[in-house]
Amino acid sequence: MASIAMDKPGATVLLMGNEAVARGAIEAGIGVAAAYPGSPTSEVLPTIAGVAKEMNIHAEWSVNEKVSAEVAGAASFAGIRSLCIMKQNGANVAADFIVNANMTGLGEAGMVIFISDDPGGMTSNNEEDSRTITKWFDNPLLEANNAQEAKEMIKWAYEVSEAVNLIVFVRGVTRLSYTRGNVVLGELPEEKEKKAHFPDLWDMYNPTKSKFTSGPFPIFHKPLHEKLEKAREIFETSTFNRYMGPEHPEVLIITCGACTSYSIEAVEELKAGDRVGVLKLGTTWPLPEKLVAKHLATTTKVFFVEEMDPFVERSVMELAASLLPATSALTFYGKRSGHLTPYNEQSTNLVINALMDILAMTYQPRDLTYDKVAKEAVALVPSRPINMCAGCPHRATFWAIKKALKLDGRDGLVTGDIGCYSLAFAGPGFFQARTMHAMGSGAGVANGLGSLKQFGFDQPVLAVTGDSTFYHAVMPALVNGVYNNSNFILLILDNSATAMTGFQPHPGTGQLATGDPATVVDMEAICRAMGAHVELCEPFDLEHSTETLLKMIKEDSGARVIIMRHMCQLVKVKRKIPAKYKMHVDPERCLGDTCGCDRLCTRILGCPGLMWDTKAGRAAIDEVLCAGCGLCADICPAGAIIREEAI
Amino acid sequence: MGTKTLTKEPFNFIVAGVGGQGNVLLSAFVGMALVNEGFMVSVADTFGVSQRGGSVTSHIKISKEATYSSVTLEGKADVILGMEPVETLRALGEFGNPHVITIVNPRPVHPTGGVAYPDLEEVKKAIIKLSSQAKFVNATEEALKMGNPIYTNVILLGSLVGADVLPISKESMVPILEERFPGKVFDTNMKAFNKGLELIAMA
Repeated sequence: MASIAMDKPGATVLLMGNEAVARGAIEAGIGVAAAYPGSPTSEVLPTIAGVAKEMNIHAEWSVNEKVSAEVAGAASFAGIRSLCIMKQNGANVAADFIVNANMTGLGEAGMVIFISDDPGGMTSNNEEDSRTITKWFDNPLLEANNAQEAKEMIKWAYEVSEAVNLIVFVRGVTRLSYTRGNVVLGELPEEKEKKAHFPDLWDMYNPTKSKFTSGPFPIFHKPLHEKLEKAREIFETSTFNRYMGPEHPEVLIITCGACTSYSIEAVEELKAGDRVGVLKLGTTWPLPEKLVAKHLATTTKVFFVEEMDPFVERSVMELAASLLPATSALTFYGKRSGHLTPYNEQSTNLVINALMDILAMTYQPRDLTYDKVAKEAVALVPSRPINMCAGCPHRATFWAIKKALKLDGRDGLVTGDIGCYSLAFAGPGFFQARTMHAMGSGAGVANGLGSLKQFGFDQPVLAVTGDSTFYHAVMPALVNGVYNNSNFILLILDNSATAMTGFQPHPGTGQLATGDPATVVDMEAICRAMGAHVELCEPFDLEHSTETLLKMIKEDSGARVIIMRHMCQLVKVKRKIPAKYKMHVDPERCLGDTCGCDRLCTRILGCPGLMWDTKAGRAAIDEVLCAGCGLCADICPAGAIIREEAI
Repeated sequence: MGTKTLTKEPFNFIVAGVGGQGNVLLSAFVGMALVNEGFMVSVADTFGVSQRGGSVTSHIKISKEATYSSVTLEGKADVILGMEPVETLRALGEFGNPHVITIVNPRPVHPTGGVAYPDLEEVKKAIIKLSSQAKFVNATEEALKMGNPIYTNVILLGSLVGADVLPISKESMVPILEERFPGKVFDTNMKAFNKGLELIAMA
């Protein structure tokens, strides 16, 4: 589409869920948007940043989620509507601020956090359900089903936020964030002029309406619960909650978010519309209890369909318990009954399977003979392990790490982190990473291991981090290592982008979210100022990087840093930087399976640009995928992979 | 609003390929053209880590009446555009049925880490057996002839439009390409698109 800020109310455009969220916030007249990149939400902030100037919005990539929440919070305090965006785990990082912002309340202008969970872990290393933490924070929570609803819901969330003076969360899931759908555009805000002013509100008789300072007093906590009750009242009549089905359904499905469509389609597919009703909740915390109680009274069987935790399921069962004995005839189906699982992504087919059991129905998705032939044919289909891209500098880095640790011979290990290089736990990084947890945990865990000398621990410890992760969460861990004299090496895999989530700029790139130039925050200078010994390497110079690693490993004391610097291959492609080499395999020199290398190039190095030519019985270059980095020429023991300078 | 109709409600279209082949852009183009033709669509793509050389599918559900969820039900695909042979077969295994039409780029993308690629002729035979119609379009080969494999997805887009299996026309697609590829790039992409039209006419 032309522009996310197009002034064409009523026009229908195709928008990704994340883009619809951005449009909703623009229509709501936000003045500030702040986020740290995290899939499945990474596209929201860039979409806003692209029109930031024309819409008079400050859009920033913040260094981490806590700072992004604080930046958005400050805007609200000063009377400017703000949007903060994060993936599920971002809530953990931002938690401390949010809990306290709920004590102080917001300013005149609303603040909304769009948070997206990742059922099935399609873009994450965990399946955290952010709704549970939102409930723990005491924030109102909405869940959208599709792009159109996400846009409307974001807009409405500002009204709720301003009515109850709390941050409102809108929860998505990967399917919402990454599904494109028809969106009818609304009006753009009339006034682009926004005046920010931090109010001086001190009223000694009413501290909760005074300065934005929190205290551990009931005086702040009691109003928070009153605000939640007010939100519940608003939610009771929200049009985002809808019932579709017969007056007295045999089975009442209670669902929310992306599962709404799965539920409706499952009922349709089973042609069970006269037996099953669907209560779709758009407001899931606090639960609109009167509305739900009204529907519980119409049925005897309740089936909960939601992504991840039995969140709505538990709330409704708690409500049902409080309504006894009126609810004593109810039977509940969902995660507790085992009809669905609290892990993995839900789908229409999973809802169909569960409904077949609850309704004692049968369902045959396709012709049985075809089904048999199809299942047999699929036996031909090989697995396709995910990999680092052809030309990825991380592959060279982990090759050097593997070699250096082998040469050192003390069972040295790598503590991993979050980014493309997370794949180092498996084949693409030669199984080098042996831990992987949160952003920055590689360096944190390395701190701990490097402090175990008194217990006889003598294995070298290498922590890896990406450049963006370094600024996000690794800097404190490095300070800790220098201060406590922990023995580890931090390798910063600096590829000049937040690659995994879509090449967003960060403080080291010299570029802002809007594309404007920024001050480069020099990671090398930071590390030196912290007191660490710092070395620089070019990962594709395998000899030098292996030697440097070995030398640093032998130092065996204190926190040291190696910056492995080479631009992400995909960024090079985007910037039209041509390949350095043209690669080919010399058929005379490649000895195939008689070599004794056991297919070191295709089986171990495993670059997608290499393939095994089964017919010829030797390695070959896939000209479609090869990026011309030249790494394979360095590892072939027969010298059969040739690199020529590309013209 | 277009005059095109649907043979089925909803109509399920799948693009199957390997991360990096350009399926996201292709499915977005198809989705935009369908919206311009007046349809309700849901387009789901694979993002994040699976984009790195993994198996990726885009699902498009098309309707005249309602916004559906995006992911195709088991055994319910109507058309599969296979950007890669084994990925086409993988999609047929899960979403195929006796009525499904497939359009396939027969150029293999080899899995990494020592995983062997099956015999290509066997794979093609299985695709034909599991499709009511299977058409093969040498998109990668043609793109390489044009000087860059990057044109593979636009060639396939041309073949998809030319096959007339979805309610979209060349007329609705060209302005979308024009907007996405400004200036000189548009000419080469139109060349690729027309090549796709030509190839499917011969397939």
